[in-house]
Amino acid sequence: GSVAVEDQPDVSAVLSAYNQQGDPTMYEEYYSGLKHFIECSLDCHRAELSQLFYPLFVHMYLELVYNQHENEAKSFFEKFHGDQECYYQDDLRVLSSLTKKEHMKGNETMLDFRTSKFVLRISRDSYQLLKRHLQEKQNNQIWNIVQEHLYIDIFDGMPRSKQQIDAMVGSLAGEAKREANKSKVFFGLLKEPEIEVPLDDEDEEGENEEGKPKKKKPKKDSIGSKSKKQDPNAPPQNRIPLPELKDSDKLDKIMNMKETTKRVRLGPDCLPSICFYTFLNAYQGLTAVDVTDDSSLIAGGFADSTVRVWSVTPKKLRSVKQASDLSLIDKESDDVLERIMDEKTASELKILYGHSGPVYGASFSPDRLWATDHYQPLRIFAGHLADVNCTRFHPNSNYVATGSADRTVRLWDVLNGNCVRIFTGHKGPIHSLTFSPNGRFLATGATDGRVLLWDIGHGLMVGELKGHTDTVCSLRFSRDGEILASGSMDNTVRLWDAVKAFEDLETDDFTTATGHINLPENSQELLLGTYMTKSTPVVHLHFTRRNLVLAAGAYSPQ
Amino acid sequence: MAEEKKLKLSNTVLPSESMKVVAESMGIAQIQEETCQLLTDEVSYRIKEIAQDALKFMHMGKRQKLTTSDIDYALKLKNVEPLYGFHAQEFIPFRFASGGGRELYFYEEKEVDLSDIINTPLPRVPLDVCLKAHWLSIEGCQPAIPENPPPAPKEQQKAEATEPLKSAKPGQEEDGPLKGKGQGATQADGKGKEKKAPPLLEGAPLRLKPRSIHELSVEQQLYYKEITEACVGSCEAKRAEALQSIATDPGLYQMLPRFSTFISEGVRVNVVQNNLALLIYLMRMVKALMDNPTLYLEKYVHELIPAVMTCIVSRQLCLRPDVDNHWALRDFAARLVAQICKHFSTTTNNIQSRITKTFTKSWVDEKTPWTTRYGSIAGLAELGHDVIKTLILPRLQQEGERIRSVLDGPVLSNIDRIGADHVQSLLLKHCAPVLAKLRLPPDNQDAYRAEFGSLGPLLCSHVVKARAQAALQAQQVNRTTLTITQPRPTLTLSQAPQPGPRTPGLLKVPGSIALPVQTLVSARAAAPPQPSPPPTKFIVMSSSSSASSTQQVLSLSTSAPGSGSTTTSPVTTTVPSVQPIVKLVSTATTAPPSTAPSGPGSVQKYIVVSLPPTGEGKGGPTSHPSPAPPTSSSPSPLGGSALCGGKQEAGDSPPPAPGTPKANGSQPPSSGSPQPAP
Repeated sequence: GSVAVEDQPDVSAVLSAYNQQGDPTMYEEYYSGLKHFIECSLDCHRAELSQLFYPLFVHMYLELVYNQHENEAKSFFEKFHGDQECYYQDDLRVLSSLTKKEHMKGNETMLDFRTSKFVLRISRDSYQLLKRHLQEKQNNQIWNIVQEHLYIDIFDGMPRSKQQIDAMVGSLAGEAKREANKSKVFFGLLKEPEIEVPLDDEDEEGENEEGKPKKKKPKKDSIGSKSKKQDPNAPPQNRIPLPELKDSDKLDKIMNMKETTKRVRLGPDCLPSICFYTFLNAYQGLTAVDVTDDSSLIAGGFADSTVRVWSVTPKKLRSVKQASDLSLIDKESDDVLERIMDEKTASELKILYGHSGPVYGASFSPDRLWATDHYQPLRIFAGHLADVNCTRFHPNSNYVATGSADRTVRLWDVLNGNCVRIFTGHKGPIHSLTFSPNGRFLATGATDGRVLLWDIGHGLMVGELKGHTDTVCSLRFSRDGEILASGSMDNTVRLWDAVKAFEDLETDDFTTATGHINLPENSQELLLGTYMTKSTPVVHLHFTRRNLVLAAGAYSPQ
Repeated sequence: MAEEKKLKLSNTVLPSESMKVVAESMGIAQIQEETCQLLTDEVSYRIKEIAQDALKFMHMGKRQKLTTSDIDYALKLKNVEPLYGFHAQEFIPFRFASGGGRELYFYEEKEVDLSDIINTPLPRVPLDVCLKAHWLSIEGCQPAIPENPPPAPKEQQKAEATEPLKSAKPGQEEDGPLKGKGQGATQADGKGKEKKAPPLLEGAPLRLKPRSIHELSVEQQLYYKEITEACVGSCEAKRAEALQSIATDPGLYQMLPRFSTFISEGVRVNVVQNNLALLIYLMRMVKALMDNPTLYLEKYVHELIPAVMTCIVSRQLCLRPDVDNHWALRDFAARLVAQICKHFSTTTNNIQSRITKTFTKSWVDEKTPWTTRYGSIAGLAELGHDVIKTLILPRLQQEGERIRSVLDGPVLSNIDRIGADHVQSLLLKHCAPVLAKLRLPPDNQDAYRAEFGSLGPLLCSHVVKARAQAALQAQQVNRTTLTITQPRPTLTLSQAPQPGPRTPGLLKVPGSIALPVQTLVSARAAAPPQPSPPPTKFIVMSSSSSASSTQQVLSLSTSAPGSGSTTTSPVTTTVPSVQPIVKLVSTATTAPPSTAPSGPGSVQKYIVVSLPPTGEGKGGPTSHPSPAPPTSSSPSPLGGSALCGGKQEAGDSPPPAPGTPKANGSQPPSSGSPQPAP
């Protein structure tokens, strides 16, 4: 029953596809005829078939514009744009400004629309109903569009409810095809690097590892079950070659272990404290913030192309001494690392120059992100239809997740560049995403103010957190994954109960097979706290190794 | 599908006349209508495209306002050269005008005089980006510190005061003790805030709830104790800090009933005991409460007004009416009442008219003693020019006779003499500026005498002075501003804190994250560091006497000449009031301080350089009367008046503490810090 071919048609083909046109004056009639039919159909089918309205509307309008029936196009738009779902508003605005054939050439959004087929998931019954209707009415114009420009993903079984559909639609190009989320994803965590394996036996001795340059497994690990055994869902250890750890990396790991033992166990009854770092006098210029994993440095990226790094510990930032001074240092001394630093340059703040445009992302490199010694990109992940706003590596470094303005989240395999997951359901551009520490889940936040939770293994949406009233700019799980913190342009930090959100997920075979989800409406139960700032959008969140939340943003007077 | 929300999208395009205008400006006179239409379609589309791209940049820049630079980036994206010269950070530079059926947006370009630009001082360098840390939440509770929004905004306090009983919020009660580490004042936040207020029963009568006194947490009890003790205690520095806390801390609403009772009971007791110092301290507490923008005071006004009124019109407020300066207290309290009227008077409660009636009644009464008389007049005068015009001016003649009979007649009572003298200067001070506005310039002694009786000649000369002062200040506005922005080696300039959300610029990044600090006091320590000069001498730099402008305080850290001499004995009766010498900062001109305000917007700044005694202080318009001894600027009276600086509105300086350390036994050498030390 697949209606359309899988391949992506090339651009010129699509452009010319609008050549075969019907009578421009009949378009309104065709559309309203179909509308009448769908609205009169049985409830169970109506919701499914209603998905057709938006793609049909767009394609019919574009056909009219392409064939230079400007007035018909205008009147068609005026008449029916009000019927479309509100989350398509932004695209409709683009569409409304597009009234001439010449405009179509440079318009990204519309190019996306024409080059990629809009994906709809419809049950076999509903599809048959539609097909019969269109053939009876000899409504070839619409039938052509359905065949040429839409991809109808037909499934057997019960039609989905309006609620189920609404949860999944909203992206620029419809839902993800079911098979797009079928490939296996190794979402488990890797074993800790090999050097520590022989030392694992000493775990029991625990506390007296002071000063020994060796690794110890964290004892406390709830969700992030980094057990000594290989995680069944983890990728093979050498799937992606990892660099050897340097001494400094090992030192940092040891620090991490020590801190971990002091970590606060969080839960609904034990909420983390939040320390808010406010950037003052930023004059709307702050665009990105990051905090080092050990929470010692905080960096801000600014629109004036600077990156400013603050030390938030008593340790000041110092630069290495001049070469002439360095040569004077006794290289054998124990504190050689201390000696090479120039005390005179110590300060809490360093400013880094180098960019020539606004800095839109600031990130301290984590210990496992390997530097490339190539100038070419190692991997190009192609597939998004619009700008990519945020990216994040999976904790096991084998995958990278991206959130885009096309309102989809994609997960890419670093090894081969394949897109292994497409998550649809957001109704606005995605601006933040984060993986749970155990690698199983993904949380994403968008301009619609909602946070969506995804099960990576099954490729399903598993939760929706409503509460924010503006773009969710930052998301972070606590170190053990009990709490999800979200920060937003609405000047709030909210804490959510992640354990509860992910517990007793009913991923029965049917749901897994069809991708039909039933989301519980439990945002209010999951919300553990809301903390208003005075007038500071929350741009960044960070959990320290002891589970203290650091939040950051620039004060913006109203 | 369509039921959710109807979109409002319309394809607006530029009018084709715009194209014509643009073409004409380029020198193309004839342009076809069809061409215009094509152009306008194209241009409209491109503009929209650019705007949409610019929006993307705005989103990526994590901003909620589109800036001109976003548009520049969008243009660059299209390989178009960006527009130069538009660097509006905060506003869009276009103005709108309409008329004759036409609407126009234009870029306002004012003609600027180059010499003006050269002569105006450089603006202050914008502050550099800095990082400041505070606790947004401590184990789930939001601490009530100035950096956080008020735990219960005024609207909520009001809602709680008026809604049918609903304040027993079981959820919050549970939260409080559990998370007792945070402040109790924060119960209403966090989870509590999220809970929807119980729905109001439809049609249920809205009534004022009986005032419920909240159970205070241990921290709050401690805070309340500390604050009240500091407010009436002996240490002026502590008092300043406490008052500052009352005036700024956002989490005080639960303690409000207690503060209110504290003040009203305090006044009741201390009026009987004639304890002037304590009365002054209590009035300053009232002032601080009024200044706190987060408090919903309406419920407590009925308790505060009688207390304040008492301090204005009470027959006796101090132990020695002949020496103690209770007049300043009356002045200060009168200003407070005026402020209360301004804030809380409505057509329902009629506070202002009721207060006016009270004052008028006691003034008209022949038997009223001079002290009460003074208070009534001061209270009326503070209510504004209209009140002076309608209620005071018509009685000038009558009052003048009374004053003359006391001053010129046989000396019956020294106290009466002082009283009459004060009433006279009070009348002159308040009436002169009003008359200066009401009457046209030729000021004729005889005309004044005819109209106002015995006060006429004095009034005339004061009006003349007032006119001169107004003219002088109008001239010097520019130059005074100049002096202020230029840093002087000996002056520390501190901006009075704004009541609104603060934007501190000098804050330091804390070295490390220590354990959360949980007391209110230490939380306040995070406030911007303020200069705390040694307790020697003050230069009060006040703005014009218009009550709405803010005031700046300059603290001078040089020692005052003569401050070593310790004559603390109060002045004799011959110097009932002292006129402070006030210097305009830029010039060496000595000018009396209370001059006619030259307009609400303008800020004139002058400096009280010293408070020497003036022989003929009589009748001098003084805004800061203080019984400073002739040879010394005794610290105690100064301590009182300088302390107000941090937060007071212009002309609202609280009265100086009485100049007798012995009387209250607690007056320390005044500490100079107008703000709490960091």
